[in-house]
Amino acid sequence: MIATDIDPRSARRVEKATLRAETAAFNDSKKRLSSKGATIAAVVIAVIWTIPTFGLFVTSFRQPADINTSGWWTFFTHPDLTISNYTNTLNFNDTLTVGQSFVNSLVIVIPATLIPISLALLAAYAFAWVEFRGKNILFVGVFSLQVVPIQVALVPLLLLFSNGVTIGHWAVFPGLNLSGTDGSFARIWIAHTIFALPLAIFLLHNFIAALPVDIMEAAKIDGASHGQIFFRIVLPLARPAIASFAILQFLWVWNDLLVATIFAGNNPPITKLLVDLAGTYGQQWYLLSAGTFLAIIAPLIVFFSLQRYFVRGLLAGATKG
Amino acid sequence: MTAFFQWLAGLPPLAQIPVILVAFGVVVALILFFVEFAPRAGRGYTIMRLVVAIAVPAIIVLVLGVYNDAVWLVPVAAVLGAGLFLLDLRARGGKGSMLQLIAFMAPAVLLLAIGLLYPLIKTVISAFFSNDGSKFVGIANFSYVLAPANQGLIALGNQIIWVIITPIIATAIGLAYAVFVDKSRGEKVLKVFVFMPVAISFVGASIIFKFFYDYQQGTQIGLLNQIVVWFGGQPVNWLQTSPLNIALLIVILIWTQTGFAMVLLSAAIKGIPEEQNEAAELDGANAWARFRNVTVPGIRPTIIVVWITIAIVSLKVYDIIAATTQGQNNTSVISFQMVRLFENLPPQTGTSSAEAVLLFILILPFLIYNANNIRKQRLGL
Repeated sequence: MIATDIDPRSARRVEKATLRAETAAFNDSKKRLSSKGATIAAVVIAVIWTIPTFGLFVTSFRQPADINTSGWWTFFTHPDLTISNYTNTLNFNDTLTVGQSFVNSLVIVIPATLIPISLALLAAYAFAWVEFRGKNILFVGVFSLQVVPIQVALVPLLLLFSNGVTIGHWAVFPGLNLSGTDGSFARIWIAHTIFALPLAIFLLHNFIAALPVDIMEAAKIDGASHGQIFFRIVLPLARPAIASFAILQFLWVWNDLLVATIFAGNNPPITKLLVDLAGTYGQQWYLLSAGTFLAIIAPLIVFFSLQRYFVRGLLAGATKG
Repeated sequence: MTAFFQWLAGLPPLAQIPVILVAFGVVVALILFFVEFAPRAGRGYTIMRLVVAIAVPAIIVLVLGVYNDAVWLVPVAAVLGAGLFLLDLRARGGKGSMLQLIAFMAPAVLLLAIGLLYPLIKTVISAFFSNDGSKFVGIANFSYVLAPANQGLIALGNQIIWVIITPIIATAIGLAYAVFVDKSRGEKVLKVFVFMPVAISFVGASIIFKFFYDYQQGTQIGLLNQIVVWFGGQPVNWLQTSPLNIALLIVILIWTQTGFAMVLLSAAIKGIPEEQNEAAELDGANAWARFRNVTVPGIRPTIIVVWITIAIVSLKVYDIIAATTQGQNNTSVISFQMVRLFENLPPQTGTSSAEAVLLFILILPFLIYNANNIRKQRLGL
């Protein structure tokens, strides 16, 4: 009776399940053994990766006199901490104060993040959902520009801003004529916007092109125009991609030195000022340590609060520089 | 436009942010407004399209600020716009569709053409002209920058060392770390430690490591020298010791790039079907064999992407040299030489462009590879 009650298939299933459970238990023990070594190795790497940062971080809170006479590791036995390095650094005056250069960084980074995103969204939408001849070639061209080193563009772009373009002796574009204007950020905004566009278009296009066709078709059948589709469907759905790129671009502009060196003029952002300070005051570690952490505080806040989007942006393909 | 920017420059820095954003917002709003009404049928809309097609190019030319002797450009732009309007009437997608497309694409494409394509061509041309651009000098600029007296060969050699070593080590450590922490307890926390340097600027990273490598007479405050001392050695002035200093500078870039490699590779590893690993395990494959025969083949495309990305970053490295050695003690690289030459007074446009062209040639293989890949993807091959 009992034997007939048991379906042969379910018997086999039970057998399989037991086998799986057994191998799983076996694997678990094996995995745990092998992964213990792996975890230790990982912890060692993590510690090595963190020590240099930690050292400078501790240094930024030590007394200036102590910094140059004893290693930061002695703070474990003789803790004597202060925040005066930070207040001194903020007011330290080179050509301008570190605090002012921090403000400059903000003034540069906000427009230089929002403007390229808006322009790239428009172009990315057209690349994804408007049919036109030569689309593929144009797209490959824009994509290729991503890798072109901005070094090749710096000098002509700077000359374009200052001298304009002349064909023969006609001044087609007279230039921005800002050389006498100290407080202008126009050149660096425009430069960052241009250099951001290839990657921005590429990332946003990939996301927008992957939106479901059905939604677009349905909207078109309902008589929605491109403008309406862009506003009502694409913009809300593309929010994660926009956030991802915004973070990449924020970090890129905030951390940039090269574009700032060429275009910032009298309004250097904090990265440029730090390099100048490192050149002039190479052994003033109270200044450099506090300055460095003032410079990396903004990216780190963005990084820790929005890590998920940042990773997503990196995964979507980042070959910028 | 110049007048606007000059007025803007007079405002306090923080006040400039909202003003420029509002000004930019108005422009985008106008574009979207036009996009919305362009494809509508009816005489009124047709007239609107005609006006926009003629007026916008003319206004752009005026806003750019043509000089008196180039005012003829304004009617030329207007006529071109009118031609566009006529073409648009017979566009395949219906009236207005072409203008609409241009409204979407033109701002980005124009900026790219002016800001990347034109400068690229201009740089290649000026690389073959004298520094003041007055006469053609053939390859003299290239032989000048590569001459031994100008550190050119050293910079080129260093650049090649950077681009070979950095991607290999950063990818290797990133991959190892991704495998080590995979499915382990505290995976997320462990990842943050290695990933964090990705958010730190090269300038910040350089100063962090400059302190780490610091050399002093007497008591050491740099950890690396202190470790040497603890082991009974003599402290070394690391960044002035060639060729060791190059390796130590490369460490800085590896430190920032490993996290990037790790995150991408880790995501790829998680994409490998669990069954493949289980099957290999049942066949008696040990951890190393599974890694070589299951994991690595499964993530090969990602490894290539990571490798290429880091190679490109290492070719463009400028910040690390600028923030540490300023190219002294044989540490210069091409992109640093390029800026250095340009910052001479007067700017050495010709030789500086030659450096930029060298850099572009080094990057060209990666560009072609990437472009080919994306083209194949687009065509569905």
